[in-house]
Amino acid sequence: MTEVLTNSALQLVLLLLVAPLLSGMIKTLKARLQTRCGPGILQSYRDILKLLRKGMVIPETASWIFSAAPYMVFGTATLVGLMIPMTTTRAPLSLFGGVLAVVYLLALGRFFLALGGLDTGSSFGGLGSSREMTISAIAEPAMMLAIFTVALGANSTNLSEMARIAVTQSWRFLAPSQMLAFAALFIVLIAETGRIPVDNPATHLELTMIHEAMILEYSGPYLALIEWASSIKQLVLMTLLVNTFFPFGLSSDWTVRTVGLGLVFYLAKLLLLACLVVLVETTNAKLRLFRVPELLMVAFILGALALISTFLF
Amino acid sequence: MNTLPLGMIFALSVAAYLAGAFASLACWRKPALARYICCSAALAGAALGGLAAVLGILRGTPVAWSVPSGIPLFAYSFSYDALAGFFNLALAIPVVAVSIYSFGYLKEFEGKRNIGFFGFLFHLLLLSLTIAFTAANAFLFLIAWEVMALAAYGLVTFYHEDRETRRAGLLYVIMAHIDAGCLLLGFGLLIQASGSAEFASFNKAAMQLSSSQQTAAFVLFFLGFGIKAGVIPFHIWLPAAHPVAPSNVSALLSGIVIKTGIYGMTRIFLDSLGGVPSWAGLLVLIVGVVSAVLGVLYALMEHDLKRLLAYHSIENIGIILMGLGAALIFRVAGHPMLAAVALVAAMFHTLNHAIFKSLLFLGAGSVLHSTGTRNMEEMGGLIRPMPVTAFCFLMGAIAISGLPPLNGFVSEWLTYQTLLAGFGAIGGLTRILFPLAGSMLALTGALAAACFVKAFAITFLALPRGAESRNAHEAPRTMLIGMGWLTLACAALGLGVTWFLPVFDAMTEQLLGQQVSAHLVTGHGLVLSAGMRTSGTVSPVVIAVGLMLLVLPAALLVAIGVRRFGRKRGPVWDCGLPGLSAENEYTATAFSKALRMIFSVLYKPRREIQAVFDVSPYFPKEIRFESGIEPTFEKRLYAPLQEFIFRFSSRMRTIQAGSIHAYLAYIFVTLVLLLLFGVRK
Repeated sequence: MTEVLTNSALQLVLLLLVAPLLSGMIKTLKARLQTRCGPGILQSYRDILKLLRKGMVIPETASWIFSAAPYMVFGTATLVGLMIPMTTTRAPLSLFGGVLAVVYLLALGRFFLALGGLDTGSSFGGLGSSREMTISAIAEPAMMLAIFTVALGANSTNLSEMARIAVTQSWRFLAPSQMLAFAALFIVLIAETGRIPVDNPATHLELTMIHEAMILEYSGPYLALIEWASSIKQLVLMTLLVNTFFPFGLSSDWTVRTVGLGLVFYLAKLLLLACLVVLVETTNAKLRLFRVPELLMVAFILGALALISTFLF
Repeated sequence: MNTLPLGMIFALSVAAYLAGAFASLACWRKPALARYICCSAALAGAALGGLAAVLGILRGTPVAWSVPSGIPLFAYSFSYDALAGFFNLALAIPVVAVSIYSFGYLKEFEGKRNIGFFGFLFHLLLLSLTIAFTAANAFLFLIAWEVMALAAYGLVTFYHEDRETRRAGLLYVIMAHIDAGCLLLGFGLLIQASGSAEFASFNKAAMQLSSSQQTAAFVLFFLGFGIKAGVIPFHIWLPAAHPVAPSNVSALLSGIVIKTGIYGMTRIFLDSLGGVPSWAGLLVLIVGVVSAVLGVLYALMEHDLKRLLAYHSIENIGIILMGLGAALIFRVAGHPMLAAVALVAAMFHTLNHAIFKSLLFLGAGSVLHSTGTRNMEEMGGLIRPMPVTAFCFLMGAIAISGLPPLNGFVSEWLTYQTLLAGFGAIGGLTRILFPLAGSMLALTGALAAACFVKAFAITFLALPRGAESRNAHEAPRTMLIGMGWLTLACAALGLGVTWFLPVFDAMTEQLLGQQVSAHLVTGHGLVLSAGMRTSGTVSPVVIAVGLMLLVLPAALLVAIGVRRFGRKRGPVWDCGLPGLSAENEYTATAFSKALRMIFSVLYKPRREIQAVFDVSPYFPKEIRFESGIEPTFEKRLYAPLQEFIFRFSSRMRTIQAGSIHAYLAYIFVTLVLLLLFGVRK
């Protein structure tokens, strides 16, 4: 019991601190690739701190749902963060929810955020909510197929168990099924975190907004919570990707040395994946909304192929 | 424990329904009295029925009573086993809520409609449901089945002055009789083999059936029960009939009446037929997947609140059939343990759906009661005048979308685990179907969440879109208590799932010879486990507590910020135009536009825009917009069928010449043929 609590507290701190850093890193890398200076990797911290120190404006038309949404988004994102292995194979809360709980908890957060977007009565909010729910619905089957491929290999949907099996077969990612599953999950990652070519996190143009449209009416501390939660969600999904497919450096016990080594490996892996995301983001243009399903269909087919190739190889 | 208390309580519950039926009919001239009699008798019957169910489940071994009737093959036989007990429990929980709710709901009928007759039909429906779940004789079951169909018909057409209602009722009664016909033929096969109409005799007899007879029996029962459950493609009556009934009845129809189909399949396939071949299990699984996905896709296009809910019933029946199909497959493949887990998933989802679907229909009923419309496009902003209804509806929406930590999540989680285990347990290429079915379940869940974002937000949030929603008021207290009871049940079954699981033990023991609850619980009784090789764990309680603990510091942070830097209310950004009005708001149609475009192959959407211009084409004086989707099944499957039947009937009219001589000749020929047939035997 105390072990669960202390581990949770440690991982929570890591989660809350690394998530904005990752967002900042992605922003800076992207700027550099576009030969801009960029805001610096600490900008996301500064944004959150600044928003926390701002007054808040609540729309006149909004009900308590509007206020509940930021808490639900933040709560689900952090809770999910405690269920996935970050630096060790043992996630603090993995007994209490595996990969299915992760997917469904994120869906719970999204459910409330979409309600919050519609609660103001503004058309932008409705537009954002509608698009967000649509895209996530179409991404879901591809995500599940790719996850099932990994889960069936480990015979478990428990993330710690999956990581434990993965560590014993570090070079498994060379198997065709794993590569296909990784490709499928990578596309889903892009869709779920709202990055180009699916959504543009930097836009405030009504025709292209998805996530930003939904949170248009939020301000001050509420917006800080939502932004923080978004970066945590991004971190969680990227961690899921790097740790299930490339389990290098995951420590299996809680000594300072292995955990420290695990942390270094973990950050390096995240950086590499961030580079990949940035590369995709810089070299692609945003897709039209109605071309996004085609991209996600590709992810679904990759997932199905991954599953089928577990038979063959 | 002897059988007396169970039998007594069960008999008392049946008596309460019978008394309720005739007492409310007798008082039809005194509406207030009829209302009180109807609701209190239903409450008493449900409470007693629930108590009997709990006793029956705790007992474990079946109790049977039989009273001979003197008619061959027919006897008043009842068997109260674990399966019957479970379905009686699934009946009692929503009925308690509906009867409390009806105290307030039926009040507006006073002086306008015949409450006595309503009560009569209502109690007849409850009585027939109770008997259908406990009957141990095929003919008794069929009689209860028929009474159920007729009582439901009477209730569906209760607002009979409406043309739409009458058409829906007609469709319902036709489909109900096709399914009764299939069942009669199916039971005919079994009765012929066993020489008795008692359910207990079927198991042995089914073994002696030839394989083609077994196939025929399976197909007939699957058709019969499938039509009643509303699986696609036999669903067309369901979204027509359920919404037009009074809302308290809709709750029962969608909550429990369609579950008689699930009960029948479980009873016949697992018990009477003693298992079905593996292709039959696969068929059930695939039909389940198709029903789930198409059901939710059609629900998304609805902006009639009650029709939307009716389509979600089709979706959830699909999810239940996924579990049931997996159970049938595992049983044949020799994995009784997995089959038991799959059965638990299916039955748990059956109970959960009975609860949250009743809750949602009661919520929709409150909205309808208050605004007088079922069209979501005229609602909006109801969370302010109706806060309690809104909260209950929101909880129902979270539960039905399968989101943690409520009960819908738990049963969908078990279904996922079952499907994943299927991949490892079944050999050959068919096993690829299990993860694919799992991914379709994921699609279903995500689309359901999208649909309920729409249903809740358009109905309850933002600004009112019509005059009725501006003048809305909260429902009477009894209606709120009814909804509150079901909300509590959703939370209790979600958070307390590990304590509830032993309820399934007697049932899985009886049908599959396995008890699984002990394997499904771990972690000091707090954690639900899949109990198999492909095992995962989840704990709704810890998820709920964890969420609260994590939200707390965030709330503290916001509170500090608000204290120091202030919070104010301001207008919504409206692009600088003067004032946000209801016309600017997103509508249900707009919300589902993206999905309508993406799945346009299925929907075949059409839209018409007519504009009247005065001077410039940029400033139309008047615009008429109409959009809709093609009712594929009605148009492609049922319309040709209907046309064929009409053509065939008009051909057949030539032999109905109306001449008495011709008819006498027919009778003579028939008599001769029958005599020949008899002599040959």
